[in-house]
Amino acid sequence: MSKSARKEGLARALFTLAAAISILAVALICVFLFANGLPAMFQIGIPEFLLGTTWKPGSDMYGIFPMIVGSIYVTAGAILVGVPAGILTAIYLSRFAGSRVASVLRPGIELLAGIPSVVYGFFGLMVLVPFIRMTMPGRGLSLLAASLLLGIMILPTIITVAKNALDAVPRSYYEGALALGATHEWAVFRILVPAAFSGIMAAVVLGVGRAIGETVAVVMVAGNQPVIPNSIFDGVRTMTANIVLEMGYAADLHRGALIATGVVLFVFIMLISLLFSAIKKRGEER
Amino acid sequence: MQSARAEAAASEAKMGVEGLDLYYGEFRALKDVTLDFPKNEVTALIGPSGCGKSTLLKTLNRMNDLVDGCRVDGCVSLDGDDIYGGLPVNDLRRRVGMVFQQPNPFPMSIYDNIAFGPRTHGIKGKEELDVIVEQSLRDAAIWDEVKDRLKKSALGLSGGQQQRLCIARALAVQPEVLLLDESTSALDPISTAKIEDLVTELASKYTVIMVTHNMLQAIRVSTKTAFFLLGEMVEAGDTDALFTHPKDSRTADYVSGRFG
Repeated sequence: MSKSARKEGLARALFTLAAAISILAVALICVFLFANGLPAMFQIGIPEFLLGTTWKPGSDMYGIFPMIVGSIYVTAGAILVGVPAGILTAIYLSRFAGSRVASVLRPGIELLAGIPSVVYGFFGLMVLVPFIRMTMPGRGLSLLAASLLLGIMILPTIITVAKNALDAVPRSYYEGALALGATHEWAVFRILVPAAFSGIMAAVVLGVGRAIGETVAVVMVAGNQPVIPNSIFDGVRTMTANIVLEMGYAADLHRGALIATGVVLFVFIMLISLLFSAIKKRGEER
Repeated sequence: MQSARAEAAASEAKMGVEGLDLYYGEFRALKDVTLDFPKNEVTALIGPSGCGKSTLLKTLNRMNDLVDGCRVDGCVSLDGDDIYGGLPVNDLRRRVGMVFQQPNPFPMSIYDNIAFGPRTHGIKGKEELDVIVEQSLRDAAIWDEVKDRLKKSALGLSGGQQQRLCIARALAVQPEVLLLDESTSALDPISTAKIEDLVTELASKYTVIMVTHNMLQAIRVSTKTAFFLLGEMVEAGDTDALFTHPKDSRTADYVSGRFG
């Protein structure tokens, strides 16, 4: 065996090991979650656990339906806020902004992505929540506050991924449209945006994934009542908030129920991830 | 007979350039070019790579506007109107259609590809669009091949079909001039022959200006030919005459295959 072949073999082993570690981490998380969560789920009863609307650990009632709904509401709200703004920003950055505007905006968006969640939470608590309390019904700590804040937090993800998709559209499509007498705007919205559609959808899905998993910022502004909210001004508790709020002191079945909440969250994330790869695959086939 | 037609039409130029200089930054890509494009005829622009023939073509529908640092001096006219003057660029591009070197169908259905141009210019009625789509595809000699799959993606067509689709797409906005930028260079010989036949037919309704690397193609398809070298127009005239009795020695060298 020559020296270079040995070196290559060594490098190969190193890379394989590195890849194996991340796979192993996912596998271990899976095992841990399901091994600890599933027994609790069975003990509570799966319908009672998933569809029960009362969460009272003191009386051994563990229905997480309000939290599932809460996570879905908060995520949907974040999508309503973040997706239109994010996609339009991506289109603007990709096809309209001059290089000087872009040179200010791009680092700004990167910074937005780098701000820690707890800082977002502070911003929500000190600015959004008081504003909502003063101008709208309710105490401010609400579904609305969480949605607005999360909507801002998912912007960088959506903008970056959607912009990459738009940038990747072949120049020949744009030129073809212009050569038919189309204006720049028409070419962008009728040709480029549809051509980048699957990439833009992927951006939305990634944003959903980010929103549903966010914890700290949501805990700080959402009010966290474990009941299904009646309006956007009511407080709401998400699955992530449920876990982080009670994990510190939970024991026995309560603890198991929280881990089982994590299982449900994990399944949600897995579905989103599957959806993401399906969209990506469809985009590549086209 | 061809030369008689060329002479008769010489007075009737559809487009023309006069004293045209074009710069990419500091680089002078076209030098004082003056040339007429006779109506309802095929004019071929030939010359080695980098001679400015594609640049000239892209000046005629102002696609050069997309190039940073591109500057045009001189006059380019369509029916006597200066296209760099008052004529809105989108109107110009509707009247002067273009087919590119690489087929570039949009990633949508065949029908939507053809309907894109008319929709751009405000035609919305389905029946009207149906008529335009069928007529354009017929004019581009591809109707029979695609009539049963109009709703299928245009990206599923072969290269030659895609290019004829692109011609149909250009025809759908009822242009007066059709620019072909080496539109057969990416295609196989059979597809090329189909498109050459098509171009010959289209000349009865449209003024065609084509850039080609293939001198035989210029001979087969065009009635007028202009030869370019290093940004200069060396010689222009009746295609047969230019190839058989070139006036300039550089043209003679090029058409006899001594360089390029």
